[in-house]
Amino acid sequence: MALAKRIIPCLDCDKGRVVKGVKFVDIRDAGDPVEVSRRYSDAGADEITFLDITASHEDRATTVDTVSAIAGQVFIPLTVGGGIRMLDDIRTMLNAGADKVAINTAAVDNPEFVREASERFGSQCIVVAVDAKQVSAKGEPHKWEIFTHGGRNPTGIDVIEWIERMVDCGAGEILLTSMDRDGTKIGFDLALNKAASNAVRVPIIASGGVGNLEHLAEGVLLGEADAVLAASIFHFGEFTIQEAKQHMASRGIEVRL
Amino acid sequence: MNRIAVIDYGMGNLHSVAKAVEHVGRVLSQDIEVLVTPDAQKIAAADRVIFPGVGAIRDCMAEINRLNVGQIVEDAMKSKPVLAICVGMQALMNHSEENGGVDCLGLMDGTVRYFGDDLRDESGQRLKVPHMGWNEVKQSQDHPLWKDVPDHSRFYFVHSYYVQTAAQEQVTGTTHYGTEVVASVADDNIFATQFHPEKSQTAGLTLLRNFLNWDGQR
Repeated sequence: MALAKRIIPCLDCDKGRVVKGVKFVDIRDAGDPVEVSRRYSDAGADEITFLDITASHEDRATTVDTVSAIAGQVFIPLTVGGGIRMLDDIRTMLNAGADKVAINTAAVDNPEFVREASERFGSQCIVVAVDAKQVSAKGEPHKWEIFTHGGRNPTGIDVIEWIERMVDCGAGEILLTSMDRDGTKIGFDLALNKAASNAVRVPIIASGGVGNLEHLAEGVLLGEADAVLAASIFHFGEFTIQEAKQHMASRGIEVRL
Repeated sequence: MNRIAVIDYGMGNLHSVAKAVEHVGRVLSQDIEVLVTPDAQKIAAADRVIFPGVGAIRDCMAEINRLNVGQIVEDAMKSKPVLAICVGMQALMNHSEENGGVDCLGLMDGTVRYFGDDLRDESGQRLKVPHMGWNEVKQSQDHPLWKDVPDHSRFYFVHSYYVQTAAQEQVTGTTHYGTEVVASVADDNIFATQFHPEKSQTAGLTLLRNFLNWDGQR
């Protein structure tokens, strides 16, 4: 008997539709988020992550409605990210039925926001999303830096130090995306995940780069991730959640079948 | 009409549990009303009561004490089925180690302990804290709330503190995470879970269905 490693399909949403870009371009439509969430939940997804990738002010109301509709039909944990900047944003999403919120840019702008948020709502619902890019050259010791705004803006912040700080501020979980790998389908940045997982006591969700089922298994076995997140391999019917779980089970990983 | 009161004392996410109960009511074609409320009279008038809780125990207990929720729960426990969830379950115990030590309601016998910073499994592998995700629950005794829930079903947990109790006769389910963890307890017409049934898909919804049908008897 052991805790299962989690498989989390991620819905990147724009104006109420699921989309998935490759390196933030070439955005393809992948359906209605409520319908997609229900399908994944029925197929055995362990959680759903909903990322509002536009998060412009006008689309905010759409997102809240969508989150509320998902939460009324899907009874597994739901994380909502994108545009979470104030305590009120968190309250709004929790009231709509989200179980956790993912904070990204707002944490970089003001790390104390994470402390305030976790003190107010509890660490269990505060996920810090980290977009990491490798900045060390080949042959040098690994080093990754935080980037914001979809990977466009460097911050000069070291990823591992940042994750430790965020956990000190009360982050209950880290959603760690490799911007080098996102959309490439060549697998997770395993060194990044392992370094992060060993640095902190909270769970790490590996994200960015999944192209096949073995990548998911590698994320756990080599990247020491507690959960693996993927989008496009599920959205476009390449693999089902069940196939992913069966593959992970065949590699000796504890999963919820 | 089956009236379910979810006690709202301002802490955390009560909407998930309300939505899950409404969903189960729809599936059962039951005429149910779910009230998310801090109002003692409305709670007293309900047929069943849910006592949820998330976040830090100090803040939860502060609000529970300020709003006299302990008395509301104690009264409800005398006369109707009550389901306590997560920190709601912990709040029923005598004392919690969290936040430097916090006295809880003492409505059930038990202590709430920290998993520790160096939690390991049998093979010495380090375990993350919080205990977050789907773990198997072994049903230690029969209970109407386990009806149609297969033994060893996985439920969704998220917690860093866990209940220890000498009252083994009250333990209805256990899980394992570095140590044996009480997953659920029951006494007369109260059932309490460390896991979140409202987030545990089929197994959790079945338990909620059983709660909607439960008369508080064993």
